[in-house]
Amino acid sequence: MIRKIIEKLTTHSILIFVSLLSIFPFIWLISTSLKGNSENIFAYPPQIIPKDFTFANYIGVWDKVDFIRYFINSMIVAGGTVLLNLILSAMAGYPLARMEFKGKKFTFFAILATIMIPFQAIMLPVYLITLKLHLVDNYGDLAGFVGLIMPFAVSAFGIFLMRQAFLGIPKEMEEAAIVDGCNVFQVFLKVLIPMVKPSLAVLAIFTFIGSWGEFLWPSIVLTKETMYTLPVGVNNLQGMFSSNWRFIAAGSILSTIPILIFFLAMQRYFISGENEGAVKG
Amino acid sequence: MFKYYGKYAPYLFLLPAIVVLVVFFFIPFFQTFGLSFFDYSSSIYNPTFIGWENYIKLFHSSIFYKVLWNTFLYLFIAVPILAIFPLFLAILINQKIKGVTLYKILIYLPVIVSIVVAAIAFKWLYADQGILNFIATQLGLSPIGWLTDPKFALYSVIIVTIWKGIGYYMIIYLAALMSVPKELYEACDIDGANFLTKHLTVTVPHIMPTMALVTTISAISAMKVFAEIYVMTKGGPLNSSKTIVYYIYERAFENLDLGYASAMAVVLLIIVMAFSLINIFGFERNKYQI
Repeated sequence: MIRKIIEKLTTHSILIFVSLLSIFPFIWLISTSLKGNSENIFAYPPQIIPKDFTFANYIGVWDKVDFIRYFINSMIVAGGTVLLNLILSAMAGYPLARMEFKGKKFTFFAILATIMIPFQAIMLPVYLITLKLHLVDNYGDLAGFVGLIMPFAVSAFGIFLMRQAFLGIPKEMEEAAIVDGCNVFQVFLKVLIPMVKPSLAVLAIFTFIGSWGEFLWPSIVLTKETMYTLPVGVNNLQGMFSSNWRFIAAGSILSTIPILIFFLAMQRYFISGENEGAVKG
Repeated sequence: MFKYYGKYAPYLFLLPAIVVLVVFFFIPFFQTFGLSFFDYSSSIYNPTFIGWENYIKLFHSSIFYKVLWNTFLYLFIAVPILAIFPLFLAILINQKIKGVTLYKILIYLPVIVSIVVAAIAFKWLYADQGILNFIATQLGLSPIGWLTDPKFALYSVIIVTIWKGIGYYMIIYLAALMSVPKELYEACDIDGANFLTKHLTVTVPHIMPTMALVTTISAISAMKVFAEIYVMTKGGPLNSSKTIVYYIYERAFENLDLGYASAMAVVLLIIVMAFSLINIFGFERNKYQI
């Protein structure tokens, strides 16, 4: 009995300690963002609870930085990326799962091969191609957005996820639809797609998170500040406010609110473990 | 089953995805090799073919070895920690205890937050007069230049990568732990085995495939680190925290030396592809149903 209690206590203390380590960097950032100018943010010993409590840093950074713009840009890019991934992955997954055709094996392995190609290794030619296709922001905002989205419009991960989902549907579903006079497009849209909605949801959520946090590609292609996505905009805070850590902290926290809400609303998709290994940047 | 879809439907459905993959994966893939045989450093518009020269330059450059060494150091430190510590946490969380969901949410939080925000948060912890140096002085040490001392910078950045990955791998392990038969643990309890023997004899053998998977995924992502370094150190001081991807970025987009950067990219490609092959054919056969 005593051994059980000690075990439980140790388990909880370790988990509490690790949980605190996980959130402490953010807590400290929040604490700094709430400290007024009369309080020394470098004070020893450090003060977690602000003495000169204020929201002035949030108001200040909000006035100087167009967070709404960054947020809208991120929404457009992440939204577009999700939409294209859903459509293209479902379309490509369907024949790979349910049809026989010449070149199927080759297509399958070609798609599988893209998993092995890290974007970081091919980003240079990707950039040159994007330039050549005029998909950068000096050709207009729309071109800029398309350029941000297209290299991530479909992934082997998504195609295989959808293929897997289609593989699990009984053949009779299609046969019944054909007998009822559906053509192949109707079978796809009206019969199969409704049956793979759970996989589409998983794909949407993980693509959204990946796209929302993407930093390398936008920081390569973007030239106009009005096109910045949130991660690029937040990184830019460091240059704008050089050593004003109160503002940098406030801006970083502000930028995190949307994804935090998204995570808490969708948390079961992330922490249930059902979608393990889904995506990793 | 009868073929209801005709001759062209399969290709029609595949077409959009294939176009994207060809334009943004396959062409760039081959082009990376092509670019690596050209010299762009004298003129970006008129590259000259120079054969293997970029590779020769690369293999004679001390920075290249420094960068390669840093990248592997990254891997050798981050991967074992990310393969073992999250498993330990998953075992702890996988018990009948209160607050499991809250622990999972809090430990997963760093995974969700933008790497840029995470790097900024750590930069603030690492500040010269920051909170970590306060702790250091309390312990009787002299303040450490976490990001400004070449001896520490790389390790300080590695800590951020590890901190941001723990929750992700913990969830992968938790899923794997669900498949370990409960009776085996009960047998251990009857034998009076302690925590360590119980998990070394039952858990670890059962989830070996998952451990192998986590090892390769975390190795691949260690090879690709960029944002942490870009935000925190820009590869400095004195190249001490520069890794392959950051160096490619710097040579390509700051020095416009596309050929040299591509030669480096080919090296990265070869290493990552080797890891991926092990991963796909070794541990993820089920996922892709090969």
